[in-house]
Amino acid sequence: MNGTVEDMRVRYFAWLRQRVGLAEEELEPPTEVRTVGALKAWLGERHPRFAEACAAPGVVRAAVDQEFAEDDRPLAGVREVAFFPPVTGG
Amino acid sequence: MTVRIVEGPFDPAAELAGFARGREDVGGIASFTGIVRGEHGGESILAMTLEHYPGMTERQLARIEAEARARWPLLDVLVIHRVGRMLPGEPIVLVATASAHRAAALEACSFLIDWLKTRAPFWKLEETPSGARWVEARASDDAAAARWER
Repeated sequence: MNGTVEDMRVRYFAWLRQRVGLAEEELEPPTEVRTVGALKAWLGERHPRFAEACAAPGVVRAAVDQEFAEDDRPLAGVREVAFFPPVTGG
Repeated sequence: MTVRIVEGPFDPAAELAGFARGREDVGGIASFTGIVRGEHGGESILAMTLEHYPGMTERQLARIEAEARARWPLLDVLVIHRVGRMLPGEPIVLVATASAHRAAALEACSFLIDWLKTRAPFWKLEETPSGARWVEARASDDAAAARWER
């Protein structure tokens, strides 16, 4: 390893999965992408409809390694990040 | 305690009978069964598909269950949540709590379903005659969950 981050799995659920057109992807974000918020912005450049969804406040939620996470959550050592709309189970 | 995600139909009556069987320490069992409605917002619902986040779902449900046990003197807890495609009239979710007395069982049951609805990663897709639509989160569910915040 020469300082690059390991591949990260990014997963999408519900209508966000449909808009992005992918359930998951393996990515290697640049080192300056250090937080969930920065990852959202970086993913938005790859997926315009993801950026559109993120533009509305409170619509896109995140989980880091299967725990709910806010935009300021650091990504160091993280294996899996998921994005999804507010939950509607029960 | 039992938390189960199931992909096919389940029978809440049979599950509750099994939950209560052979227990003499329990003074009361409370339960909530969620059922697929055949109508939503004036439109008929032909079917409902529940998507979830395998792994995170189980982890969140275990955490919510542990929180209920920390707050109330529960003797047992059962949570069953169905995923996949289901039809109106079919059960989606069953929450049951057993305690020595009714207040703990009733309150914990209410808490469990309120937090499950707002903290477990499930999403509902409704099929209607005019097409499929994702169900939107409701502010009333957030308010119901917030009453248990400490």
